[in-house]
Amino acid sequence: MVKLLTATRGKNGWDWTDWAAHIYLVLGVVVMFGPVLWLGMSSLKSETGIQTFPPTLLPYEPSTIAIPGRGDLKAFTITAGEFAGKEMGELRRLGLQAQMIDPATPDTVRRIPVGDRTPIMRVRAAWENFTGLFTQFPFARYLWNSVFITVIATILTLLVNSMSAFALSKYKFTGRDTAFLIMLATLMIPPTIVLVPNYLIASQLGLTNSAWGVIWPAVATPTGVFMLRQYMLTLPDELIEAARMDNASEWRIYWRIVLPLSSPALAVLAIFSVMWRWNEFLWPMVVLSRSESFTLPLALNSFQGELTTQWNYLLAMTVVTLLPVSLIFLVLQKHITQGIASAGVK
Amino acid sequence: MGGLALRGVTKTFGDTKVIHGVDFEIKDGSFTVFVGPSGCGKSTLLRMICGLESVSDGTISIDDQVVNDVPAARRGLAMVFQSYALYPHMSVYQNMAFGLENLNTPRVEIDNRVREAARMLKLDTYLNRKPTALSGGQRQRVAIGRAIVREPKVFLFDEPLSNLDAELRVGMRAELTGLHRRLKTTIIYVTHDQVEAMTMADTIVVLRAGRVEQVGHPLELYNNPGNVFVAGFIGSPRMNLLPATIASVDGGMVTVALPGFGTFATTTQAAGHAAGESITIGIRPEHLHAQDAAGPGTLSGKVSGIEQLGGLSYIRVEAPDITVQLSGQTRLAFGEAVNIHLPPANIHVFDANGIALPRS
Repeated sequence: MVKLLTATRGKNGWDWTDWAAHIYLVLGVVVMFGPVLWLGMSSLKSETGIQTFPPTLLPYEPSTIAIPGRGDLKAFTITAGEFAGKEMGELRRLGLQAQMIDPATPDTVRRIPVGDRTPIMRVRAAWENFTGLFTQFPFARYLWNSVFITVIATILTLLVNSMSAFALSKYKFTGRDTAFLIMLATLMIPPTIVLVPNYLIASQLGLTNSAWGVIWPAVATPTGVFMLRQYMLTLPDELIEAARMDNASEWRIYWRIVLPLSSPALAVLAIFSVMWRWNEFLWPMVVLSRSESFTLPLALNSFQGELTTQWNYLLAMTVVTLLPVSLIFLVLQKHITQGIASAGVK
Repeated sequence: MGGLALRGVTKTFGDTKVIHGVDFEIKDGSFTVFVGPSGCGKSTLLRMICGLESVSDGTISIDDQVVNDVPAARRGLAMVFQSYALYPHMSVYQNMAFGLENLNTPRVEIDNRVREAARMLKLDTYLNRKPTALSGGQRQRVAIGRAIVREPKVFLFDEPLSNLDAELRVGMRAELTGLHRRLKTTIIYVTHDQVEAMTMADTIVVLRAGRVEQVGHPLELYNNPGNVFVAGFIGSPRMNLLPATIASVDGGMVTVALPGFGTFATTTQAAGHAAGESITIGIRPEHLHAQDAAGPGTLSGKVSGIEQLGGLSYIRVEAPDITVQLSGQTRLAFGEAVNIHLPPANIHVFDANGIALPRS
């Protein structure tokens, strides 16, 4: 890792091109990851922390000070006047004056002009944003809906698309290329155009307000079939013939030979499918109208109220929504680079 | 049992006919080699026998049963592919066991057979490796092992040695003939290399452009090629083939005239052929002798190339263009004039259609 980060062009130390490249890359990291970092940090801010101006990167919140007999009060440092430099707790604010209490003399209430004090801030992560998602909203329900739809739809997508790709790449039958072309041609139709017809079909099949209404229409993807077919074309026919000579049924050839050898392409499609299903918004919004069947993106959307938006919860929810996809990408990314098939033949 | 018979077998791809009515029989337990230049249809023929290609016309029978419509897996054959076609994601053991698993063979039985085949092929220590971790020769043996465990009636080999280096190829040739001796199973072997055909086969089927040119024992093909193609194809270095005419017919035997080099007596029968006809004569390099004196049955030319192999020497003689094999090492030098004697008994004569005239 260190070696990678300090890699240089030649062996003669740092050339100016190395500096340029590294500066460019660092800039890229800042541009790409800055917003993500900002989102992550902001999701840990309390509601007031988010609305603080000027905004801060770290999640700050006003510190409190314990006053005997009065409980925890908001802490301030006095900047001018008789008590300059002292830390006091605010009892209440009255116009331009505030009633403050010095912890040393808890029985005396002092009047301090609001201009003569600054609040004491401390860094604190507001984890309650996340726990609150589960206690104050049916977030677990949305999460489950999203996970269920994503997992089932991805499994079905891989299964259906790979079977179709296997037939299109390894069997010879009349109309094969025509079928493939028609399938590809559907890529040219914008999804918004088929939205209404799709909805009509879904509603006639009674799939509205059900997770299956989101899953079934998404299972057959021309992109996935195309990608898998192209990959399967590179698998040598001799392997399949060898399996056929080995008494393998067509299903076994598919299941035991073609599928394992296509795993790099399947991994790519799995990542795509997970991202598509997890982030999908328009179609679920059309099919799912009852809030208990909402997926996370729908929940996020409904969370943005007309008058008020609880940003701290919204941001926390966004983070939770982003996490699984990012993790899956991290895990499967390695898999893509492993080219298995080409090695064993020859 | 594993006798095979092909009757009028043809194959057409679209409008192109690639196999033109092939007829021959393969005896049970024989080692038959299909040999021919690339594109002659030998691999197609093999794929038709094993059931990976359909038969357009004619019949293929195994043990007197027509198998045209029997799927590949049920024909009781096993094939070793040119690329080996090992399943790259399975270990050597799994590769060999896959075929038996598909037949629902009991696990113990699979294990016994795989281990026995592995022992026979010296693969015992590699059973858990993936094919990628094996050398070319080992992969080849795994491919053979995968065929052996199924105990097939006939083994089919499709150019199995073409991916190996020259040294390994010689070794594998010996291993394959040894294997055939032990298993006594019919083997059909496809190659474009006539040396492989000569060294391994008991029967060679020479194919050209989808037609069988000649079928026979290797030495029979070598000694009595039925036509110009077989004469030129079998034997290395190849037979010298020269255009000539029939000069005369003496006592039923043909005397040939090489334009510019005089006439040469032969022991081929003239039946049906007359003087003046254009023919091709053929004579193998090892049957020619270089000598100092000119005389009947000799021609003279200049040395245009010398290959000294130590135990043998080949010289190329120019005008006419022929190769001569000399035993031992030669003192002849480039450009030197040399007289070459053509022994009458070793001259092959082919008529205008390339068909050999019978020799007595």
